[in-house]
Amino acid sequence: MARYESLLDACGGTPLIGLPRLSPTVPEGAPPVRLWAKLEDRNPTGSIKDRAALFMVRAAEEAGHLRPGDTILEPTSGNTGISLAMVAKLRGYRLVCVMPENVSTERVQLLRMYGAEIIFSPAAGGSNQAVATAKQIAAEHPDWVMLYQYGNEANARAHYETTGPELLHDLPTITHFVAGLGTTGTLMGTGRYLREKVEGIQIVAAEPRYGELVYGLRNIDEGYVPELYDAQVLSRRFSVGTRDAVLRTRQLVEVEGIFAGFSTGAILHAALAVAHEAVKAGRRADVAFVIADAGWKYLSTGAYGGTLADAENALEGQLWA
Amino acid sequence: MAIEVRIPTILRSYTGGAKVVEGTGDTLGDLLTDLDSRHGGLKGRLVTDAGALHRFVNVYVNDEDVRFLGALDAKLTDGDSVTILPAVAGGAFGFAAAAAIAQHSAAAAAIARHSAGAARVARH
Ligand SMILES: Cc1ncc(COP(=O)(O)O)c(C=O)c1O
Repeated sequence: MARYESLLDACGGTPLIGLPRLSPTVPEGAPPVRLWAKLEDRNPTGSIKDRAALFMVRAAEEAGHLRPGDTILEPTSGNTGISLAMVAKLRGYRLVCVMPENVSTERVQLLRMYGAEIIFSPAAGGSNQAVATAKQIAAEHPDWVMLYQYGNEANARAHYETTGPELLHDLPTITHFVAGLGTTGTLMGTGRYLREKVEGIQIVAAEPRYGELVYGLRNIDEGYVPELYDAQVLSRRFSVGTRDAVLRTRQLVEVEGIFAGFSTGAILHAALAVAHEAVKAGRRADVAFVIADAGWKYLSTGAYGGTLADAENALEGQLWA
Repeated sequence: MAIEVRIPTILRSYTGGAKVVEGTGDTLGDLLTDLDSRHGGLKGRLVTDAGALHRFVNVYVNDEDVRFLGALDAKLTDGDSVTILPAVAGGAFGFAAAAAIAQHSAAAAAIARHSAGAARVARH
């Protein structure tokens, strides 16, 4: 389909692309092992987060929590903020994003361009602090609606109702699904759907390993696991270092012509690991993974060029924005 | 050869500031016991009284989460690399980036401002 009533109607329905050059070669006569990329950058604001934003806003509207002119509050400086800003604009809401100070000016500009307002939280505590600050502000403004992507079932449901069925429709022989682990919405929703429909499917998480300061909590008890997360849905979970993520991001554009952001590099790294294991074991595999967003927002890091070591330094602390 | 273990900043008080320490053991549980003999108290921060991995601690063997490999019973071999990390709200990729960019001094200043109760609202 190529015609839609509005931008919101054009959310999802993204293409699944075979990657014949990146898929590992198997010995003569062995079953095929194939990689497939789901192009989530082909969503209205260019990331997988449009699905979650749209579902969370719709769920709040249906529950009567959101009325025209209301204010939405969300801890995010990344793709979710951009997606929510677009949905809020088209549905007639005001959006306030909580993000750490000294976030890149591009991000602030992009959000403001979409009409979002910004409350800065202290950078020290990283994402945990931003979540805590947002909760505190929510308590101070009881009339503001916090969709709270980390604990909002509509975030996961977006993927249960759209991403999962799209994958199964386009790739009935799917054996592995690999995606990034942030709020965990993508993996919880898609993973649950595919587990119900596909016997023996492997649900694989790739999480980026951040720079040291991100983990700079004062105490283990300040740690945070998103409310949506249920480890039972996953088969395996990989932590992917910056160097591997950069290498794979570059490989993806060099070999298959797909220009993706760095979280996708981490996802591809995990996807290749399970693909190569299947080759070793002589098992058939159709590994579908997510292209979470395109590379445009990360060009200014300089990490697409130069040596790997340079890129690693350039991204130390700048990744995944 | 031994097993290399990466220690996160908050736990380096147990390793005399060392980022990487070495240990031995056939399972993760054995390794932690071995480490605890030289870095007293470390195991207690990672394992609960009930004998499970602490909820806010993630441990990876060769980059894979041990909770999917048998947790404390996960098998180890010489040459493996173990990484210990606190759980953080990873969904906010942007936050993580910003936090990492921040200098420690800026971070400290931010804490001071925050505890003074000043969340700044920027309107365009
Ligand atoms: C670029 C990118 N990759 C991956 C993710 C993780 O997805 P999820 O939050 O559904 O776990 C996000 C989420 O913020 C993202 O922005």
